[in-house]
Amino acid sequence: MALEKNDIKLGLVPLIDAAPLIVAKEKGFFEEQGLNVTLSVEASWASIRDKVAAGLLDAAHMLAPMPIAATAGIDGVGVPMMTALSLNLNGNAIAVSQSLYWRLQLDELTPISVGERLKRVLEADRAAGAPPRVFAHVFPFSPHHYELRYWLAGCDIDPDRDLQLVVIPPPQMVRALRDGSIDGFCVGAPWGAVAQAAGIGRVVLNKYQIWNNSPEKVLGVTRAWAEAHPQTHLALIAALIRAAQWLDQPANRSEAARLIVEGHYVEATPETVHESLAVGAPGKPENAGLVFHAGAATFPWVSHALWFVGQMRRWNQLPPGIDGDALARASYRPDLYRAAAAQFGMPCPAVDLKSEGQHTGIHTLSPDHTIELGADRFFDGAGYSPS
Amino acid sequence: MRVMLVDDEPERRAATEAPLRLLGHEVVGFSTSTSDLAAAVKRHQPDVILVDVDVPGRDTLESLGQVTRDRPRPIVLFASHSEPETIRKALQAGVSSYVVDGMNPARLKPIIDVAIARFEEFQALRNELEETRSKLADRRDIEKAKGLLMKRRNLDENGAYELLRRMAMDRNLKLGDAARTLIAAAELL
Repeated sequence: MALEKNDIKLGLVPLIDAAPLIVAKEKGFFEEQGLNVTLSVEASWASIRDKVAAGLLDAAHMLAPMPIAATAGIDGVGVPMMTALSLNLNGNAIAVSQSLYWRLQLDELTPISVGERLKRVLEADRAAGAPPRVFAHVFPFSPHHYELRYWLAGCDIDPDRDLQLVVIPPPQMVRALRDGSIDGFCVGAPWGAVAQAAGIGRVVLNKYQIWNNSPEKVLGVTRAWAEAHPQTHLALIAALIRAAQWLDQPANRSEAARLIVEGHYVEATPETVHESLAVGAPGKPENAGLVFHAGAATFPWVSHALWFVGQMRRWNQLPPGIDGDALARASYRPDLYRAAAAQFGMPCPAVDLKSEGQHTGIHTLSPDHTIELGADRFFDGAGYSPS
Repeated sequence: MRVMLVDDEPERRAATEAPLRLLGHEVVGFSTSTSDLAAAVKRHQPDVILVDVDVPGRDTLESLGQVTRDRPRPIVLFASHSEPETIRKALQAGVSSYVVDGMNPARLKPIIDVAIARFEEFQALRNELEETRSKLADRRDIEKAKGLLMKRRNLDENGAYELLRRMAMDRNLKLGDAARTLIAAAELL
């Protein structure tokens, strides 16, 4: 079918998980779909939001909760947005400054034991009359923000009383940690590895340990754009699914790293970019690093959206009286994903919801059991069943 | 007005500061690549923040309002390479006030004026909210004081209210303040 538009401008923020966009452009997957794509590297998530809202970008690399916040009208702009494609799972790291690392006296790097030690240090600090420690994340509506809070609260640390949470753009995290203006952060690859390589911080946890294979970035568009460009939207999704498939071929990861470095998309050393993409068992759902395609990683689960809605409620970001189910279903559109995947006969989940927290390893999905999913445990052993 | 100017290009920042000063504003300039923005906002308490649309620090600035649950200060965006059409679209989409590059005083003034007006609107709203809150507190304290008087002086509700009103008038206090004085005194005894 004819595309409504061939010249497309896509926004991205300099992070390794923008890889599907970069690969689709550089390896010709967009071209295969008849799309002439220009990638625009943006400096902030606010800029991504504004430019997509204003139509200056057709679509963009977004934090998974951003389309939900936009649709709920709580993002400061209130232009409804949606996603029909998840770009990756996992990838974030929690790091602390060297001085906090030594005070924590960690003997194992698990969310529970790091949390216990952190709580003890925070209590000692408070008893000594020290100002609260400062931890940074990247955006009020980000997986980073919610996983940091989920972890802290799960370790009996009140993220509003016992700590101060601030927002710092990813490329500035390392400097802020070095300056001592923050004590720790939760950020996407490669910035945790960069801090560690520079001897400024220590990575103590990653996103996978807090919630296995949890959602991270999505391809976001405005609702109006999607309605005006249905075929173009499907073509974009199809090209990015192909790119994700390509990225999860183990042999392709180092080429992907080279594309990112040579295209100057992320200003980090080639070593850290390679390290962020190199994983023990690439392409397997049990992989704790960045997953782009395996385990239905590209599928926009409505249950993931519902989980984010729940976190927005929990932390008082969402006004009362909003229908969470309608909000999640308006912002996450698996129906469009299926339409795009059908174009090249890719099997995809028949259901929109899945429970979380019950699987420690690879499992298949009822009713057809053809699609393998990875582990989905939360660190605190909680279960999550959307309804 | 205290204006905080956030721009990573030092030359443009200097060129923008001058006309702002001419307009009588107190200006503090920042670059997001060298300053701790959160600390700077806390320290300078700006009335308006003027920020280049393309600086990464925007995420930090925006979150300040959301994190502290304060009403966000007016943020005026300016863009270096935008065409009028871009700005029109952005404004339609609900993006905060947009200014183009150049920053000549003639253009800057109305924008700052709008920002001031918006800021004052916010302030009025905030004051109204605080007033409502203090009225509620008054009602609660008056109830409590009345209860105390009823018990101590063995009065009925009307009698207690009359006594409280007289005490307030004699001491030239607002009714809520008289109630709080009475409660404080009762707690001492």
